[in-house]
Amino acid sequence: MAKTILFIEDESALQKTFGDILSKESYDMISALDGEIGLNLAKSKKPDLILLDLVLPKVHGFEVLKELKSDPGTKDIPIIVLTNLEAMEDVNKAIELGAKTYLVKTQYNLEEVVEKVKKALK
Amino acid sequence: MNIKKILNQLNVRAECRSYGLSLWQCPSFLFLIMGLVIIGSALIAYGLGTRFIEDPQTVALIVLILTAVLFVVSFTITRSFERLVEVNRMRSEFVKIVSHQLRSPITNLSWTIDILMSGQLGKVEEKQAEYFKILKENSSRMIGLVRDLLTVSRIEEGSLMIKREKISIELIIKKLISRFKPFALGSNVEIKLEAGENLPQVFVDAHQIEIVIENLFDNAVRYIKEKGEIKIKLEQRDKALYFEIKDTGVGIPKADQKFIFQKFFRSEKAIRQQTQGSGLGLFIAKSIIERFDGQIGFESEENKGSTFWFTLPIDQQYN
Repeated sequence: MAKTILFIEDESALQKTFGDILSKESYDMISALDGEIGLNLAKSKKPDLILLDLVLPKVHGFEVLKELKSDPGTKDIPIIVLTNLEAMEDVNKAIELGAKTYLVKTQYNLEEVVEKVKKALK
Repeated sequence: MNIKKILNQLNVRAECRSYGLSLWQCPSFLFLIMGLVIIGSALIAYGLGTRFIEDPQTVALIVLILTAVLFVVSFTITRSFERLVEVNRMRSEFVKIVSHQLRSPITNLSWTIDILMSGQLGKVEEKQAEYFKILKENSSRMIGLVRDLLTVSRIEEGSLMIKREKISIELIIKKLISRFKPFALGSNVEIKLEAGENLPQVFVDAHQIEIVIENLFDNAVRYIKEKGEIKIKLEQRDKALYFEIKDTGVGIPKADQKFIFQKFFRSEKAIRQQTQGSGLGLFIAKSIIERFDGQIGFESEENKGSTFWFTLPIDQQYN
């Protein structure tokens, strides 16, 4: 059965790019364009991995991360934070809240991000 | 205005911190110091006045006039200073917000190009690949520029985060040589590295030092117009690690040399050569090296080339 990735990201262009590339890698991708939808989908669909942006409408990425890590149904789902925020305090906060990895978008190309996703799913 | 706001305004240290300034650059602290100077001057004037002038009313008048003049002068100076600080702060804030907002669409652009170039969505013809390469290079340039603008605004705010670890500068140099080699070969430039034996590691932020060396490398390669050479030297000198990069490029005109580490400064020669550059690289390099208690400098002769160098202290505790 194909692994499922929940992508919580408000940029629809990135949703489309990741949707295309992850389906080529035989992953099923679920999209959430804001934090609130992201939380609901994470709890209902229980994906194998969550890719989480931080600057999100409705519920901020840190709140999403905190809630997912405190909910018994979702606390074991690995979460990769994928954001443009690169301040050390944001990195430390995300790791403290339970993020598996913190990736700053502008520091990686698409292929590198996909490799990190594959590694997290092994 | 409530009590809390008044107390916050009286908390000079906190106010100066909010500007990202040291005490001696902060308008509120300077106004306080000038206040003390005014009081001191008034007391001295009174003391001297009562000693040499008989009429107490004349003494009082002199002290009053002196106090008033000093007050007006200090008020004018600190107000101008305050306006300057506020303008600088707003400019930094603007750059930070805009740079951050630009990152999202630039990332979208960059990754969309990645997926198109990958061929996963269909065969890419040779001509298409050439144009995708141009798009990718330019989106990387934009990412680099936005990164530099954000770094500069963090440096000016004093909020540039550093992560110290023991690193080998030699490894960073070798990594950058591999990265620049294709470009150098294409431009007929030879790169030579001369590194000492058993060089000590330094306790700095690897990512930031890589930015410094990359900026110096970039300048060295870019300003060699025809066949040329870049020589890199790395050695220990007393209690410091010494790095030097020497090129046979266009050099920096003498008139421009004193401005070379300023933000957004680009030598007339560089602009005439139409080389790409934001004028931020050397400002960032200097700020980073000085943050690690190092020194940075250069020598240059027009049409002969430039030598840029920096030193970093070797912390004996970590070697």
